Amino acid sequence: MNGYAYYPGCSLKENSRSYEQSLLPVFKEIGVPLEELNDWNCCGATAYFSVDDTMAAAISGRNLSLAEKSGRDILAPCAGCYLTLKKSNVFLASGQPKAEKILGDLKSAGCEYHGTVKVKHPLEVLVREIGLDALRAKIRRPLTNLKVACYYGCQLVRPFTDVDDADYPMILDDLMTAAGATPVDFAAKTRCCGGSLTGTIEEVGLRLNYILLKEAKRRGADCIVTICPLCQFNLEITQRKIVRRFKEDLTLPILFFSQVLGLALGLSEKTLGFSRSIIPLDAFRAKLGNGGAK
Amino acid sequence: MEILRKVKYEEELDPGFLDEIIRASGCEKIEACIQCGTCSSSCPMSVYMDYPPRKIIAMVKNGFREEALRSFTLWLCPSCYTCQVRCPAQIKITDVMYALKRKAIEEKVYPQRFAIPILDKEMSRRIAKHGRNSEMRLILSLYWKSRKPLELLKMAPLGWRLMKAGRMSFKNEAIKDKKQLKALLAAVREGAR
Repeated sequence: MNGYAYYPGCSLKENSRSYEQSLLPVFKEIGVPLEELNDWNCCGATAYFSVDDTMAAAISGRNLSLAEKSGRDILAPCAGCYLTLKKSNVFLASGQPKAEKILGDLKSAGCEYHGTVKVKHPLEVLVREIGLDALRAKIRRPLTNLKVACYYGCQLVRPFTDVDDADYPMILDDLMTAAGATPVDFAAKTRCCGGSLTGTIEEVGLRLNYILLKEAKRRGADCIVTICPLCQFNLEITQRKIVRRFKEDLTLPILFFSQVLGLALGLSEKTLGFSRSIIPLDAFRAKLGNGGAK
Repeated sequence: MEILRKVKYEEELDPGFLDEIIRASGCEKIEACIQCGTCSSSCPMSVYMDYPPRKIIAMVKNGFREEALRSFTLWLCPSCYTCQVRCPAQIKITDVMYALKRKAIEEKVYPQRFAIPILDKEMSRRIAKHGRNSEMRLILSLYWKSRKPLELLKMAPLGWRLMKAGRMSFKNEAIKDKKQLKALLAAVREGAR
């Protein structure tokens, strides 16, 4: 197998190291080679589109060009990077005069792009390509007692809807079921975490994340499983203040899907970066029961 | 009670505004809006907005340039695309918000000291310069530039917890081939205006 050009983006190298830490061994265990995209540049996220959309598409074009040279498709675990690269990829293939101009600019800067690269999220690769049956065969430690709230956020399922439903996707729920866990009926699964607003306007951030935590708790989840670094970060950093403000105990571990899947594959908490959680994991561990490889 | 007129007469509007926005990418279908309000009722942020998305679209269509560009709504849009996938007229509402943000920044009419446009500009500047973003440095400069350095102190306990978990770094991240990035951005800029 040719594998994928792994695109970490800024978060997986800094705040969300546990995502990278867990994703790489999981893919190794599954047998899909990942090679970090050489000299990747930042995707620009929502920020660059708010300032200059032509530049935003061009810098994504450089990443796509690097992947094309390596002969691999891009694997982008951060939902923000995933959408930015995918949106730019679609735009560059649109034939619009602006897009053609950018393709010309890429060529003149020595990073020509022919439009052959696909941008994928690891969930797509695991569930749609490897398949749930093949994954089930690799589960060494089914997470039988664990109830999880699968949280998708926005950028993986919107505006492009080719991965799953825009309102009530199931791809992560299906993966967690394959790992032996029980997904709860999490009605807020694609509701907004506030994105970068949560860090900048506290009032908004606390309210939006309160809604998510409350819903997950009400449904009996032992943790929230995320696919996006910013969702994970927002849900973690707002918890203490939410507990204080709303006077409800909504403390809940927020884990990356690769950390939870990794446990089911028999990998250790240490390998999977569980120590990077700033939320206590005692109740979560008790739920897992013994047989947990520490 | 003083009677004030809140809506502009036709001659006070800017009929060219729609043409400017419609040219931006993703804004082609804006004229198809039927004012159904699906966007406003889907938006997780509309409760905080001065004008919900439906009104912003109406303003753009009818030349309320000042009101649309100075609205807080633009900066409260978190780009979650809920309105966009639900719009029965297939208007790319999130892309319209992006186009308005760019115009507001270009014309310098965005709310000053409001953290979001500052964050957008600062992150873009860093990426154009270094090719990469450094999360910690971005956050520090955001507090500094939105002139709220004292609020950083309130963040100290959280910062300490993140630091202990090995999730913070003060390193300035950069790509190796900055020359190529510079050449690319220069080529894009050329002929763009």
